[in-house]
Amino acid sequence: MQRENQRSKLFTRRALLLAGGQTALLAALAGRMYYLQVTQSDRYTVLADENRINLRLLAPPRGRIIDRFGLPLATNTPNYRVVLVAEQAGEIDVTLDAIDQLIGLTEADRRRVQRDIKRKHSFVPVVVRANLTWDEMARIEVNVPELPGVMIEEGLSRTYPFAETAAHVLGYVAPVSEKELNGDPLLELPDFRIGKSGIEKQHDLELRGKAGTSQIETNAYGRVVRELARVEGTPGKEMVLTLDMALQDLAARRCAAEQSASCVVLDAFTGDVLALVSSPGFDPIAFGAGLTAVMWRDLTTNIRNPLSNKAISGTYSPGSTFKPMVALAGLESGLITPETVVSCPGSFFLGNTVFHCWRHGGHGGMNLRNAIKNSCDVFFYETARRLGIDRIAAMAKRFGLGSKLDFDLPGERPGNIPTRDWNLATYGVAWQLGETISAGIGQSKVTTTPLQLATMAARLITNRAVVPRLTRREGVMQPVGLQTAPDHPESLFPSLGIPPANLKLVVDGMTAVVNEQGGTAYGARIREAGLEMGGKSGTSQVRHISAAEREHGVRKTKDVPWKERDHALFISFAPVSSPRYVCAVVVEHGGESAGGGSAVAAPICRDVLREAQLRDPGRRVPDAEFVATRDDPAGPSARRS
Amino acid sequence: MASIGAIDSGSPRLSFAEKLWGINWGLILLLTVIACFGFAMLYSAANGALQPWAGKQMLRYAVSLALMLIVAIVDIRFWLRAAYVVFAIGFVLLVAVEVRGAIGMGAQRWIDLGIIQLQPSELMKVALVLALARYFHGLTIEEVGKPLRLIMPALLILTPAVLVLKQPDLGTAMMLLMSGGVVFFLAGVRLWKFGLVIGAGAAAMPFVWAHMKGYQRNRILTFLDPENDPQGAGYHILQSKIALGSGGVFGKGFLLGTQSHLNFLPEKQTDFIFTMLAEELGLIGGLALLTLYTLVFIYGFAIALRSHNHFGRLLGLGITVNFFLYVFINTAMVMGLIPVVGVPLPLISYGGTSMLTVMFGFGLLMSAYIHRDVRIGRFGESD
Repeated sequence: MQRENQRSKLFTRRALLLAGGQTALLAALAGRMYYLQVTQSDRYTVLADENRINLRLLAPPRGRIIDRFGLPLATNTPNYRVVLVAEQAGEIDVTLDAIDQLIGLTEADRRRVQRDIKRKHSFVPVVVRANLTWDEMARIEVNVPELPGVMIEEGLSRTYPFAETAAHVLGYVAPVSEKELNGDPLLELPDFRIGKSGIEKQHDLELRGKAGTSQIETNAYGRVVRELARVEGTPGKEMVLTLDMALQDLAARRCAAEQSASCVVLDAFTGDVLALVSSPGFDPIAFGAGLTAVMWRDLTTNIRNPLSNKAISGTYSPGSTFKPMVALAGLESGLITPETVVSCPGSFFLGNTVFHCWRHGGHGGMNLRNAIKNSCDVFFYETARRLGIDRIAAMAKRFGLGSKLDFDLPGERPGNIPTRDWNLATYGVAWQLGETISAGIGQSKVTTTPLQLATMAARLITNRAVVPRLTRREGVMQPVGLQTAPDHPESLFPSLGIPPANLKLVVDGMTAVVNEQGGTAYGARIREAGLEMGGKSGTSQVRHISAAEREHGVRKTKDVPWKERDHALFISFAPVSSPRYVCAVVVEHGGESAGGGSAVAAPICRDVLREAQLRDPGRRVPDAEFVATRDDPAGPSARRS
Repeated sequence: MASIGAIDSGSPRLSFAEKLWGINWGLILLLTVIACFGFAMLYSAANGALQPWAGKQMLRYAVSLALMLIVAIVDIRFWLRAAYVVFAIGFVLLVAVEVRGAIGMGAQRWIDLGIIQLQPSELMKVALVLALARYFHGLTIEEVGKPLRLIMPALLILTPAVLVLKQPDLGTAMMLLMSGGVVFFLAGVRLWKFGLVIGAGAAAMPFVWAHMKGYQRNRILTFLDPENDPQGAGYHILQSKIALGSGGVFGKGFLLGTQSHLNFLPEKQTDFIFTMLAEELGLIGGLALLTLYTLVFIYGFAIALRSHNHFGRLLGLGITVNFFLYVFINTAMVMGLIPVVGVPLPLISYGGTSMLTVMFGFGLLMSAYIHRDVRIGRFGESD
């Protein structure tokens, strides 16, 4: 009994010890709970929200690009794509096999997916295949429950209803390349496209818009449970171009008839570029979808350079289209007068060097007006000799040659207007008088772009420092009746300060070029009364004519390889009664005869300027029928076929 | 003490009605309230549905409750005599799963009995207390002091513990060692002997470490620095702490726990169910549950201290401390106080064996209460 009591007492003592220990442990638990749920609660609340709340970017729709009348040139159309979140998909290869079973995948698709998965942040969806047909989309959608991490997304893809017609102006969009990633998460969105050339590149940031965000609740596997909040993005800005698509279309078709050509049409009063064509073009949609290697090689190795916008980046010797500059410099300096007569025997001697006139027999006595009309080289050799290169260059620069016009497209080139200082600085040798003689007819080191030639023509007929522009900040042209005044202010551009009589003389000579018998472009005149154009032809030598060739007579053009043939140029304005529209055309290697510009380039100017006046895009909207056919997406291709 | 002497004279034979009356209905109410917490959380874990967990758990509770009542009514002397048999059954089952695992049927820790999948290691926790209580009941206080007398009970602890450790189930092995140790302690084994064993254990740590499985080592490393590897091994404990912390004082509301319902919380219906409860019901809910548990512990202590036989005392307190260890290890684990070991929260976590053995244990506790005045001889005979 005593022992039992002892045992009982010991038990009770130890039980109380245990109870004490347990109380201490329970107190520890309560303390820990207090620490976690009260002291640290805020911190863990944030962590819990970070766990479940994901911020997703909503790609803003890219701004449309429309022409001056509101005709869409670049728009967005919905497309369906199948995307994959690698972290949710488990075995990527197995998932891709399953997708392959449903819609078929190429090896290239698979490689791209694997590459993108490595490149992108985790939980950013990767496009497996874009541009699904409705059928393919449905097949994936039905099987989504068995395909973890696979989703159908609806996106927008960029389309260009006019395809090649304005490809160089609009440019194209394409997937973001590795080195363009700048940390902006928008760029990492699947199938996000950025502008890579043309307006799409120049105004990329405006066209992009601002990304919206969607706060979504996801579970531990990343699956979206619900959307908690949504901030809509701002759609990209709509860009209104100065282009008149009908005119652009005509110019593009006319240029496409040649191997390689470019054409710029301006409204000289406003500087609006009504058409800007470089031919051959390219299909901008193909870039958005992703070019194949073969397509890319074809584009880059084509000797006609379809990717280059020759209207702004092609630099050509202006040839005789430069003569108005020489004439104006001569008149302004007083070294020639309207009455100055130079006798043209068909050649011009400078020391022992002979400079030929394009007409071997010579023009006889030429005054300025006739020299322009007949494009007499000797008259301008003599004028240039009297002036020296610096005076000619000063005049050319006033007309916008030799420097960039800050045009609204990437890739503009400045061309070149040589001076003596420039020559010394660049080549380390003194400028030669012989070079001045050549420069007098727009050869030697004088180079210009078609855009500059058009700008020069616009300045010739307005006496204002016209600057071409491609975007209309004021928006789409409002329809105004024919009787209403033009919507341009008279004082838009500062005056050039050329004596009006001098300009009148030159413009008069250019009118004669086209409209008087014997003028170099008489064959390309516009016959409708009131629509007549004036202009100046030019031929730009591509190769040096060797002495031996001159000895045996210059080879016939058809014997010369295409790449070595002369360029044919023409600058023009219309109507001659009150000039408003100007057009410059360069047909590469289009010089089939001595009067190359007149024969090949002038007819293009004729057709384009005639259309420009008939449509009068400076004042009224085009007829509804044209717009209607172009709004129909099937329109252009249907028309082409 | 005098009152004890008055009853000493004979062992009362209790009638069935007396036994029913003697059942501690207050304790049963307490257990049922705790189990109801469990039902509610399992209902929430299934996003507000009885399936697949809550409904089944209710059925198990009902069955276990019935079993508990039967166990409670059965005379405690029967349990004393059956102690070694129960232990032997548990041990054989434990060996059976071990052998089956060895001959290549997979690392199953349970035996499928149809209605439940019996985990012998769970059963062993109660069987061990039962066997040790019987053993020490039969020793005088002098005999307890003899080291040789301690070899047998030490083997009773170590053999199943090693088997469980081999499964491998570190958590249950630790539970067996600790609840065995507690019975040793209550039986009056000298404290320096515990010191010796703990010292030897500490000395053996490097050896144990060398024999640990990779995932077991990881768990300990992860416990030491859980935020070091948030996507890997530390994920569970970190997510559990986030869930608890974000619950705050009042919780996110029933069925509204984000961590649990969005599956950031692992094993929310089993080992981490307390986290879910504290996320949805907050500090208040968590402390309320701990208070209920504490009341159960107090009941257990009271019953053990009021028992007039050593077997009942050892058994009652052994069961109670065992239950306490369950609760403490589970909650301390989900709060990041101790490493993650697979110990369920008794009466609440989804699981059949755990429920059954816990209620079996409470049945024994109540039997000790009902038969608190029974005097038992050294070998179970009533004297």
